[in-house]
Amino acid sequence: MIRNEYGKIISIEQAVSYITDGCSLMVGGFGGVGSPPALLQAIFEKGVGQLTLICNDTAFPHIGVGPLVSQGRVKKAIVSHIGSNPIAGQRLHDGTLEVEFCPQGVLVERIRAGGAGLGGILVDIGVDYEWLANGKQVVEVNGKRFLLELPLIADISLVYAKKADPFGNLIYDKSARNTNPLVAMAGTMTIAEVEEIVPLGELDPEAIVTPGVFVNYIVQSSGVNWKWIWE
Amino acid sequence: MGVRERIAKRAAQELADGMIVNLGIGIPSLIPNFLGNRRILFQAENGVLGIGKSPAKGEEDANLCNAAGYPVTVVSGASYFDSATAFAMIRKGLIDVTVLGGLQVSEQGDLANWMVPGKRVPGVGGGMELAQKTKKVIVVMSHVNKDGEPKIVPTCSLPLTARRCVDLIITDRAVIEVTNEGLLLTEVMAPHDVADVVFHTAAPLRMAGTLKRIE
Repeated sequence: MIRNEYGKIISIEQAVSYITDGCSLMVGGFGGVGSPPALLQAIFEKGVGQLTLICNDTAFPHIGVGPLVSQGRVKKAIVSHIGSNPIAGQRLHDGTLEVEFCPQGVLVERIRAGGAGLGGILVDIGVDYEWLANGKQVVEVNGKRFLLELPLIADISLVYAKKADPFGNLIYDKSARNTNPLVAMAGTMTIAEVEEIVPLGELDPEAIVTPGVFVNYIVQSSGVNWKWIWE
Repeated sequence: MGVRERIAKRAAQELADGMIVNLGIGIPSLIPNFLGNRRILFQAENGVLGIGKSPAKGEEDANLCNAAGYPVTVVSGASYFDSATAFAMIRKGLIDVTVLGGLQVSEQGDLANWMVPGKRVPGVGGGMELAQKTKKVIVVMSHVNKDGEPKIVPTCSLPLTARRCVDLIITDRAVIEVTNEGLLLTEVMAPHDVADVVFHTAAPLRMAGTLKRIE
């Protein structure tokens, strides 16, 4: 039995109680890989809507954040692409979904900036393209032009990790790490769904990727509940 | 060998031992099948450097995938990291070659590959960073679009991914270098001939001194 000495280990039901209509939700994962399955399913079943979703992408219609988007629970998505979710494309087309596209590397760096307490970042990606630069401040540094990109934070960040200790120190699994360590930092409240909760002191401090100070709550995962596209 | 494989096989010739390479989805993902014993470290935007062969059926690991969400394996010397680190590598210029798909390439090497306004708006993903920051950008694509219109054009009409970024174009009909003096036709893919390539290219082409034919 793991001692819940920081009070961070909670039930899925309690975790989902923090997620309400209209909140901003940032979710780790890349094409659904590394997204927290139990939390996403519980949010879907709770029926919340009008969400602002910040995620690398809208995944596939039945995978990861996909169902929230497909079923119209998301009002606005801030993502790098929707290419793998045709229903997101239809919703964008018929006006039931607003999408703010952001180049992938810029998106993840905006999330990092939000989590790192920065006021913005300067990037030279797409400075001269109207669709991207639209309304953004251009900053010149040593004769080079940059776009001022603003940090992203969310009411709630949801991440998926391989192991947590009761303080919320996290380690990830292979490419399921992807955006999770950044997303973990950028939530006003961060909830980690983890495959295994181990006693305090069991994780090697050298191996910890996300320090538990960024993590408010931990829930136990029961694994992926969707079928992968390659299965 | 199908036409997609022929394009991938030709693109594979551009990759040398020791290179760091990022492959786009579609035809580029076939390139690893044509590398022989060359040791190349494949990078993926989600956070892997050192992607190896596809796993055997039944041995897939759902937590080890490429940027398209398909299972992969890793080679000795591989590393895992977060996506911000993956894009740090890309923006810092540490990727030697990227092979991307294309909707249009201009005479100056401008690339459009992410949207058709009013029709398909999938989003740009990591394409802008890769196209703008990689040392060598190779575009593999069909020479003409579904309506038979040339995709190699004087100026791109579709929204750009990046300006003046493409170094080499490999299509089902030809291999074309982007140079400071414009486009240079270097190879023609059988059964097509030079006249056919020129006819289906909207931008002016210069001819290389010795024009190779790919059988």
